[in-house]
Amino acid sequence: MFSGSVVPVSWYLILSAILFSIGVAAFLIKRNIITVFMSIELMLNAVNLAFIVFAHRWHQVGGQIFVLFVMVVAAAEAAVGLAIIIAVFRARNTLNVDQVDLMKL
Amino acid sequence: MYLVLFLIFGGLCVAGALNLLFQRHPINSALSLIVVMSSLAVLYLLLGAEFLAAAQVIVYSGAIMVLFTFVIMLLNAGREERTHGSKAAYAIGIPGAAALLGALVYIFLSNGDLLGPTLLGASWVVPTVFSATLFRDLLLPFEVTSVLLLVAILGAVALARKEH
Repeated sequence: MFSGSVVPVSWYLILSAILFSIGVAAFLIKRNIITVFMSIELMLNAVNLAFIVFAHRWHQVGGQIFVLFVMVVAAAEAAVGLAIIIAVFRARNTLNVDQVDLMKL
Repeated sequence: MYLVLFLIFGGLCVAGALNLLFQRHPINSALSLIVVMSSLAVLYLLLGAEFLAAAQVIVYSGAIMVLFTFVIMLLNAGREERTHGSKAAYAIGIPGAAALLGALVYIFLSNGDLLGPTLLGASWVVPTVFSATLFRDLLLPFEVTSVLLLVAILGAVALARKEH
């Protein structure tokens, strides 16, 4: 095995796990609703990396196809989520998640 | 060379993600998320996913993050204030995320030999194969996503519209 031209699959998976854990921590710790939403995007990206590594390792096109669909769903989710954030800000005049604790607008 | 590129851009990913966590202003978090997504595009390129690397730059670090920064500026989001709810989140969030990370890293390291190596330039999934699968075998799901995007656009317009 040549060092320098080979990276173990497990390193990519560990990088993916690190990014996902940071996303989980940011989701729980951050108090700004926009930053909470951004940490969801970070978790989606971490999972995409794992999909692409597996697609590369086992020569399967399915992993890359799945990443494409995740991207499409993430784009749709970002549009709707940011519209909801704008609606919440109009109703409450705040972006702090602790002050948005009712389902009613 | 491959290892060096992986370490540089993997390190950039982790640094950007940590910066997202520690910055208190949402615009700084958004900019560090752009760094994470662009570095991930380079890693996709190293793994032989050329089309997805381009899509990552265009869709994620282009379109989605422009939408985020636009909303941050539109709502004039300032520094996030610390409220009493964040104490509990610190007490549960950091140990929970650390436990998750520890479990995943343990599993991946103990199965490292089984998972094997990745080689640079040994890609089997070329764009031809990718597009043939997407547009021939998976044509119906692909067309359904266009309906999803249309519904998302309508929903976004309906939600963000000012009520009279």
